[in-house]
Amino acid sequence: MAFINLKDRVIQAKIVYYGPGRCGKTTNLEYVYEKCRPQVNSEMVTVKTQGDRTLFFDFFPLDMGKIGGFDVKIQLYTVPGQVKYDSTRRLVLKGVDGVVFVADSAVGRREKNIISIRNLEDNLKIYNKDIHDIPLVIQYNKRDLAEEGIEILDIETLEKDLNTELRVPSFEASAVAGDNVVLTLKKIISLTLASLEKQLK
Amino acid sequence: MILGQKQLDEIHDALTKNLIGSGVQSVMLIDTAGNVIASIFNGNETIDLYSLAALAAANFGAMSCMAKIVGEDEFSLLFHKGEKENLYFCKVNEELLLVNIFDNQISLGFLRLKMAKVVEELLAVVAE
Repeated sequence: MAFINLKDRVIQAKIVYYGPGRCGKTTNLEYVYEKCRPQVNSEMVTVKTQGDRTLFFDFFPLDMGKIGGFDVKIQLYTVPGQVKYDSTRRLVLKGVDGVVFVADSAVGRREKNIISIRNLEDNLKIYNKDIHDIPLVIQYNKRDLAEEGIEILDIETLEKDLNTELRVPSFEASAVAGDNVVLTLKKIISLTLASLEKQLK
Repeated sequence: MILGQKQLDEIHDALTKNLIGSGVQSVMLIDTAGNVIASIFNGNETIDLYSLAALAAANFGAMSCMAKIVGEDEFSLLFHKGEKENLYFCKVNEELLLVNIFDNQISLGFLRLKMAKVVEELLAVVAE
């Protein structure tokens, strides 16, 4: 749950980018970091392995300015995607307010997407959160692979695999090119803030 | 978690009196999700507190998992020694962690005594 400081009138909310290994979670955050530099008052923290894979998380706080008299700070995190890092994924999910599930559009990654979204559901349950209730946006990343001749899954298939039951907002994107990266973020921020407002009432 | 103005003032007073007053440079109360609840930076305002809080919470979470692997319920404190600056992490309760930055002029034993006192006071404040 977000932290609300009534004295300093600050709201801190946590948004986590989740998804299988190499789906583009870190690339999403790197793009946002570059685009939103004036709203970020710190360096992006990355805890990664020697091979540049995320070991623990990437993180930076995004200053949203004043909303309803409160300074809203959105804490953006990624998780490590590889299956073996499940315990660290669970740690990062603690206190999460909103999730962006980044799916890999490559045909060969279909099963990994499905396993990862089920893993998200299981890990949320540990914190008594339901994947059906938490603010969630799905991003179908790497749509640009088609231009390089790599076969990608069509949107209908991805929606059927990942979003038939959830029915959450979804976006086609290319994190490398920046296509729809900011749009995905705007959507999850608005869903998260609306959810917090509802919980506070 | 929502803390009212009175509770936040009391937290600030407890941290100032027990820790900053004893020579600790900076102190931060965070939750285990990495949110900053209170922070006092005594002449070192350039520290990136949000990143420090995120990493401190993750560090503590990782240590808790390690504790379980070796058969402990938890390691309740963490100490990192640097050349000039040191970090001391302490668990307040299941939700809250205290992070101190201090130099070599303060002994670890003295700080531990002060921490025990401040944890007691913080628990009383959050229980209100």
